[in-house]
Amino acid sequence: MDVSVPRTLDEALAALADRPDAMVLAGGTDVMVGVNAGRQTPTAVVALRAVEELRTWSVDGDRLRLGAGLTYADLLAPDLAAMVPALAQAARTVGSPPIRNAGTVGGNLATASPAGDTLPVLLALDAELDLASVEGRRTVALRSFLTGPKRTQLRTGELIVAARVPATRPHQEYRKVGVRNAMVIAVASVAVVVDADVGVVACAMGSVGPTPLRAPRAEEWVAGRIDWGTGVPDAGVAAEFGRLVAEESRPIDDHRSTAAYRRHAVEVLARRALESTLAGVARAEAA
Amino acid sequence: MTDTTYSLNVNGADRPVAGAWLGESLLHVLRERLALPGAKAGCEQGECGSCSVLVDGVLTCACLVLAASAVGASIITVEGIGPAERGEMTIVQEAFNDAGAVQCGFCTPGLIMAVHDLLDRHPDPSALDVREAISGNLCRCTGYGRVLAAVEVAIERSAR
Ligand SMILES: Cc1cc2nc3c(=O)[nH]c(=O)nc-3n(C[C@H](O)[C@H](O)[C@H](O)COP(=O)(O)OP(=O)(O)OC[C@H]3O[C@@H](n4cnc5c(N)ncnc54)[C@H](O)[C@@H]3O)c2cc1C
Ligand code: FES
Ligand code: FES
Repeated sequence: MDVSVPRTLDEALAALADRPDAMVLAGGTDVMVGVNAGRQTPTAVVALRAVEELRTWSVDGDRLRLGAGLTYADLLAPDLAAMVPALAQAARTVGSPPIRNAGTVGGNLATASPAGDTLPVLLALDAELDLASVEGRRTVALRSFLTGPKRTQLRTGELIVAARVPATRPHQEYRKVGVRNAMVIAVASVAVVVDADVGVVACAMGSVGPTPLRAPRAEEWVAGRIDWGTGVPDAGVAAEFGRLVAEESRPIDDHRSTAAYRRHAVEVLARRALESTLAGVARAEAA
Repeated sequence: MTDTTYSLNVNGADRPVAGAWLGESLLHVLRERLALPGAKAGCEQGECGSCSVLVDGVLTCACLVLAASAVGASIITVEGIGPAERGEMTIVQEAFNDAGAVQCGFCTPGLIMAVHDLLDRHPDPSALDVREAISGNLCRCTGYGRVLAAVEVAIERSAR
């Protein structure tokens, strides 16, 4: 079969092993653009749309498992959005309603665009990816999965099955800048995840490097300057945090924006994201 | 390259497709092989919404669907959105007509699909819901004012 539409993950993996030349197709919102333009001429296709188990999510203890086939529209469902609000915020910014109905987390991960909107959030959550092929399964940290612009550790015949993230870190935020609200690839973006229980701030940024980047120096600097009992930072901390995050960005000039503007945008987004996540911590502590 | 033969369920009928290339989009197959030119080919990259159809009830850009992978799905195009009688229009289509929201008409089938999808899910949407629902539909002519007015008319008439 040149086009197979398997119903289970095992069938999908077998179909891929059978046809190593096959193009994997999830929502099609990245690959069909290339096919329509004649940049890609598939000789075989394995379509994942009927593989129900990829479209599920589940909570196991304090870990949330997100199936690779979840669409952006799925991520907006209230019960999921309550656990990973920044992922829902990111999903809401993607394309338009029909794009959000089709595009998937797995497709965003495999495409590995520096501007992919789920990536900074998943990176700030230290996501782990479950990968599978007929050879077996392995787990890879997203941090090492992304190796360059549109480059990943994914092997031929391998599928992304799920991403696993903490289920119990509600203080998180994703912010994105683009030329308008809909249908826009990020010029710069920032995700901040705060874990008030252990006093840790995680920050990742998109569109300002070859892959989404963490800001480890800024994260370490800021953690010691917040009163974790109340969620209140020392004076001037949020602004300095923004500056430090921007220092760790590695933006370039391209057709969407300039390096200088991107650095500025990241500074502002990081400051605001820290302020609003800490305000959430303060509200929770006061309650 | 081998030709692909399959059957699609479009507007309630099984439609055989023979001799297609496997990379053809649903939009291409609808327009060029199944004589259903309602969905328009504007950008073929998901940006304009003029090709919007329902696939298993979900609003989708037909240009981004691989036709051969849509076997078994129920596909509804703008030709199948209305009453079976030819020439009869839905409340949404009439509202577009009456509010002057159709100028060149290229974007209209896509907008009709998007507005039907919105009103099916939210019969009484907020102004923001309406703007979000049509945010994937580009129109070069109307400036969107008449389109938003048409949606208001459709909401009012549907509530009656
Ligand atoms: C108009 C438009 C607007 C867009 N806006 C945005 C935006 O705002 N932000 C953003 O981040 N992206 C955007 N995108 C890009 C795209 O929608 C996303 O990257 C989306 O998540 C891709 O998912 P998909 O399921 O459609 O992937 P597909 O196109 O089906 O596949 C993409 C790639 O991933 C591979 N793949 C898919 N699933 C798996 C899997 N489970 N395992 C292994 N490989 C897999 C495919 O082989 C392919 O290489 C936009 C695209 C369009 C057309
Ligand atoms: S032709 Fe499909 S979105 Fe433009
Ligand atoms: S009426 Fe002409 S593009 Fe909308």
